[in-house]
Amino acid sequence: MLGSALAALALGLTTACGTSGPGADSDKAGVEVWMVEDASVNEVVQSAIDTYSKNAGIDGELVTYVNDAYKQRIQVALGSPESPDVFFNWGGGNLAQYVKANQVVDLTEAMEANPEFRDAFLPSVLDVAKIDGSYYGVPMQGVLPVVLFYNKKVFKEVGVEPPTTYSELLDLVDTFKKEGITPIVLPGAQAWTELMWLEYLTDRIGGAEVFQAIAEGKEGAWKDPAIIKALEMCQDLVERGAFGDNFSSLTSDNGSASTVLASGKGAMYLMGTWEISNQQEHNPDFLADGNLGFIAFPALEDGKGDPAAIVGNPSNYFSVNSDSDNVDEAIDFLVETMASDAYVEDLIEIGHVPAVAGIEDKLAETEHSEFTTFTYQLVAEAPSFTQSWDQAIPPAAAETMLTNLQLVFLGDMTPEEFAEAMEATQ
Amino acid sequence: MTSATTRVQRPGALWAAPALIFFGIFGLAPIVIVAGLSFTTWDGLGNPEWAGLHNWRTLPSDKLVGSGLMITLTLTVLTWATQTPLALAFGAWAAGPQRIRAVVSTIFFLPLLLSTAAIALIWQALLDPTFGLPAQWSELTGLSANVLGDPDLALWAIVFVLLWQFLPFHMLLYQAAAKQIPASLYEAAEIDGASPLQRFWRITVPQLRHTIIASSVLMIVGSMTYFETVLLLTGGGPGTATRILPLHMYLKGFSAFEMGYASAIAVLLVAVGTGLSLLVVRVSGYSQMTSEREGV
Repeated sequence: MLGSALAALALGLTTACGTSGPGADSDKAGVEVWMVEDASVNEVVQSAIDTYSKNAGIDGELVTYVNDAYKQRIQVALGSPESPDVFFNWGGGNLAQYVKANQVVDLTEAMEANPEFRDAFLPSVLDVAKIDGSYYGVPMQGVLPVVLFYNKKVFKEVGVEPPTTYSELLDLVDTFKKEGITPIVLPGAQAWTELMWLEYLTDRIGGAEVFQAIAEGKEGAWKDPAIIKALEMCQDLVERGAFGDNFSSLTSDNGSASTVLASGKGAMYLMGTWEISNQQEHNPDFLADGNLGFIAFPALEDGKGDPAAIVGNPSNYFSVNSDSDNVDEAIDFLVETMASDAYVEDLIEIGHVPAVAGIEDKLAETEHSEFTTFTYQLVAEAPSFTQSWDQAIPPAAAETMLTNLQLVFLGDMTPEEFAEAMEATQ
Repeated sequence: MTSATTRVQRPGALWAAPALIFFGIFGLAPIVIVAGLSFTTWDGLGNPEWAGLHNWRTLPSDKLVGSGLMITLTLTVLTWATQTPLALAFGAWAAGPQRIRAVVSTIFFLPLLLSTAAIALIWQALLDPTFGLPAQWSELTGLSANVLGDPDLALWAIVFVLLWQFLPFHMLLYQAAAKQIPASLYEAAEIDGASPLQRFWRITVPQLRHTIIASSVLMIVGSMTYFETVLLLTGGGPGTATRILPLHMYLKGFSAFEMGYASAIAVLLVAVGTGLSLLVVRVSGYSQMTSEREGV
């Protein structure tokens, strides 16, 4: 805690160093790549750009922005003269809005000309960048499904097994409550963590079609009984005390939620697979001792959904800006690099699970091989990979959804009111 | 030599030009552009599309605008009501000649050196329900540790953090002003047998009248800009319990990317802010301030 306070102090006393904009003054064609700041991935992309630039004789440049700033920057930059050639995005609805504004190059032709490139990716992940039957993006980093983490030590001490079905999960909630342990860690200060529960429950109750209909903007899709039921189940979990008394104050930003799990004050934690890097950063001993357990979201006994289906962030994508002066170079860069052995190996080295077929052997050699292999199999065997809803629907609807979902979890809004309010955004 | 009787002619407009141009570009132009944008729909991509009065018709039916305005005003009143008495008391105390007071006030002024973002993040960590202060006092007293996540407490937490952040500044104002009060007034009162408390109420407070007004104007007008503290501390949550109007505008603009609608909220904010500061100036007589050296 002192650490984050000091970090904040340092943040306040130093002025942030901004990344400078476009460079490339020479005569060579320049490919400028924009992405979100992420030290380890930035390094991989930077080395890919350097290698490609040298071989192709172009001027490649990487520009990074922190997450929230990036979303604002790219929204305003596309269509302006200050725009990048290749840009990072979230696929799905996020990419669709840029496609709708005619800002993205259709990559279908390039994919068909290089079938081995297209087939290198896991279809469920590549398809998230498919808008109206055409490809507009290429997966550029690892898959990030949401899984149920648990503290093995706590489970052992209490003498219970991780849940495979939802009713087992509910039993565990009661057991842990009696032991004075928060059954499920939920950083409710951030609504997107609550959204994960709604996503999985909806998927288990009604299958992936329920959200598919919402993403396609079908009328009445938000009023699907599966959504109402899932929201009721969320409220039921709150009332049972599954998330403890303080979940609405808890945040995941400063590693708080991760530490609740690692310290044994909490038993389970539904989170994206990036949680492993959080634990590495905040609680390395917990991870090194092998106490971080992970399972797929439990099956729902009477649900229609396939228990193997997953939700989360299939990947992030690189797309080519249609205003770019160097569209051909930019496409060539993606085709040459994104599925190359060097790039895939670099990603695996930093702990990612690339969305590329046939990498089991390489994953088996990694530091957290048990976890990466688990993640890879989960994604490879999933009948559907539903993208996080807040990325899949238009930003305006997503903002309303997250606000209202927090109200549902606080008990200040009923599931029916939620459905009604969301239906109005369609 | 005779003294100059004719005034030096200054080219008024020309001299004011740099400031006027600056104010025009960075002050007026954005307001005009935002007012124009409020009649369009624009998600930041492509060009704004004319939408007529659509955004303005949405405004009254958006419950978060009404509640946002209420929360903004509540926050303004609460910050004023907590900061003014404390700043006045501490400032008057710190104005005393004792060396220890100077040392203590220097320590009090530390928050002034920190940026708002740093302060908000520090307090977010300190108010963490599991590892922060609430966990300790919850163990001691059995009170809830759920501070930032409780709709009834979250606003008070923000008021407290703002108090911690801005008290030193206002204290500084009062301290400086209190040092200006002529010692002869106190000496005369002492001879007349006035108690320390009487001296504070009868001399210090009336003499600080104009400082109280100035500090209040700064607080009230400034309360429209508490945005970043709220954004970083609670994000407007839990739910919408602390979603002040500026934050609502930000979320609509830069999270929902409804720039047109956010512009309509911005225009409303400009109107409320201007109205509030006019009201304060009028009611307080700030515009007719005269010398306060009474009796000297």
